[in-house]
Amino acid sequence: MADHRLPENEIALDWLTSMTLIRRFEERAGEQYARGKVGGFLHLAIGEEATIVGAVAALRPTDYMIATYRSHGQALARGSEPGRVMAELFGRVDGLCRGRGGSMHMFDRERRFMGGFGIVGGNLPLAAGFGLTSDYLGSDDATLCQFGDGATNQGTFGESLNLAALWRLPVVFMVTNNQFGMGTSLERHSAQTDLQRKGEGFGVPGMECDGMDVIDTWAVTKEALRIAREERQPVLVEAINYRFRGHSIADPEDYRTEEEVLAWSKRDPLVTFGDRLVAEGVLSDEQRQAIDLEATETVDAAVAFAEASPEPQPSSLYDDVYVLSDQVRGWYSADHRGAELRKGEELS
Amino acid sequence: MAEMRYREALNEALAEELERDPNVYLMGQDIGVFGGAFKVTAGLMERFGEGRIRDTPISENTIVGIGVGSAMTGLRPVVELMTINFSLLALDQIINHAAHMRYMFGGQVSVPIVVRMPQGAGHQLGPTHSHSFEALYLHVPGLLVAVPSTAADAKGLLKTAIRDDNPVIFIEHESLYSQRGEVPDDPDFTIPFGLAAIRREGTDVTIIGISRMAQTAERAAEQLAAEHGIEAEVIDPRTLRPLDLDAILESVAKTNRCVIVEEGWPHGGVGANLAALIGEQGFDDLDAPVGRVTGVDAPMPYARTLEQIAFPHEQQVIEATLALFGDRRRASRG
Repeated sequence: MADHRLPENEIALDWLTSMTLIRRFEERAGEQYARGKVGGFLHLAIGEEATIVGAVAALRPTDYMIATYRSHGQALARGSEPGRVMAELFGRVDGLCRGRGGSMHMFDRERRFMGGFGIVGGNLPLAAGFGLTSDYLGSDDATLCQFGDGATNQGTFGESLNLAALWRLPVVFMVTNNQFGMGTSLERHSAQTDLQRKGEGFGVPGMECDGMDVIDTWAVTKEALRIAREERQPVLVEAINYRFRGHSIADPEDYRTEEEVLAWSKRDPLVTFGDRLVAEGVLSDEQRQAIDLEATETVDAAVAFAEASPEPQPSSLYDDVYVLSDQVRGWYSADHRGAELRKGEELS
Repeated sequence: MAEMRYREALNEALAEELERDPNVYLMGQDIGVFGGAFKVTAGLMERFGEGRIRDTPISENTIVGIGVGSAMTGLRPVVELMTINFSLLALDQIINHAAHMRYMFGGQVSVPIVVRMPQGAGHQLGPTHSHSFEALYLHVPGLLVAVPSTAADAKGLLKTAIRDDNPVIFIEHESLYSQRGEVPDDPDFTIPFGLAAIRREGTDVTIIGISRMAQTAERAAEQLAAEHGIEAEVIDPRTLRPLDLDAILESVAKTNRCVIVEEGWPHGGVGANLAALIGEQGFDDLDAPVGRVTGVDAPMPYARTLEQIAFPHEQQVIEATLALFGDRRRASRG
């Protein structure tokens, strides 16, 4: 890892604020899950905040960002309202996706956050598709696609990297190597453990960043985006990090030792970055506490917002199955069983 | 009207839509330099350039996925998969992504992609290259499914598919590409989805034919009239989602009998679905159980003698129809 100077004070504080918000949001989401407010699976990004914030900070607002089923943090970093992210976890109408997607499927079109995706490796072709649109329309928008180390073993990894290189698409593929594909450690799931090299055979050069360091992640991602945008050369960036919690909330974590978790926790990106800002005089201890308090208050408000948001109406069950037009007049017109029971879209 | 082959009608539809909308582009294996495995896209690369007629590597899931991604962000891709058999490699992008994206993200995005591909048996290509999968795609909410059986329908439905904002599975048939038919000249000619075609009018029985089987059903109906005095009404639904169930129920209300003919497997097939719908909504009109003629419940064999009895021909349609008239035949013999 390069020894980077701090960015301007305002930017440094902004990054710390963003990472703190993600941490407190994820902790609260875990609590709400334990209380039964959140259903399904819940994959938390605690420990991975620097990878998220550093990468998103390198993007322009018009660039496309796409991620995985672990993507509350990406939505928050991209600027989605915390209340709407929490409301999505609660399955409420004010959720980012109106309660249709849940934890694994966040999406915020306005902010060009193009989704969390539940299928490992499923988002790489989509990212190449965004790159194709940018290329086709002659814009200089770029795409950042994050996926886990496990996804590098999927067919779509090789297929998408090959096509992106072949067609010179402006896409940065970022593998967030958090050391485990669910509960299977890197050396037990990938013959090539130096993941940044996995794109070489497809014509995609690799770069590496310290995913526990927000500045390094930002600097490397920014350079990778420049190469993709200006040289029309896709890049594979490996961000090495660690998730402090299990794969999901339902993970007993039998596959790793407490010592290992403890060793990594000494590199907690929130602590190390905050300590450095204090040490270099950018931040006082009081300000640091204030940032934390503000994040907690934001998350409190997000939970209150989600609690207050209504449950979706049963009559909305068939909304948005199709784009309606003269030829598709409602869900039931696509499958004609009992129109009276399945109005849905016509009512809304 | 102009007479042209089914493949030429498809080519014309693609050319007209490429001309009409600069965001329409084509992508698939061997569609450019080679002109398409079945020559549907012949000449289009020369006319529209490599940026819009894109040859791809053999990566079905990713080709469809790139199409989905580009459709989410403003383009209108028409992806050709060489045959429907290979679409199995792209099921994740078709079902988990194209079909569900809009719903999953609360209506924030639409996916106006067309996935074109031919299906069908009869060319001795064995189990992996002879599939008919309209039932598989019919199963999935979020997809529209078209199964054109004539040159005019191929053109009119493909233009509608490209203009529609939903993902469309557009199923052509390998045995139809060389068939000729009359096609309207009007460049604005389109056929709406969800509108069945009555291929032959009749009063005694309704025969519904899916994809190529609409033609098999029509030929069987002529024989039924000539040899058995049975006047069959032949319906080609043309699209399975949306489905023109009204036209089917109206016909069954008139004929009181129904046979469904498809090339795919019987279990969970299109016929099974239609028979259930007719049973639920037209039970009082039926004088006999709904009959089904399907491909056999086995993988498709290579040997010609076996292959030819493994998917429906006129004779099976005639036998299934006559079976619904058991009483009348006994009466006429008596």
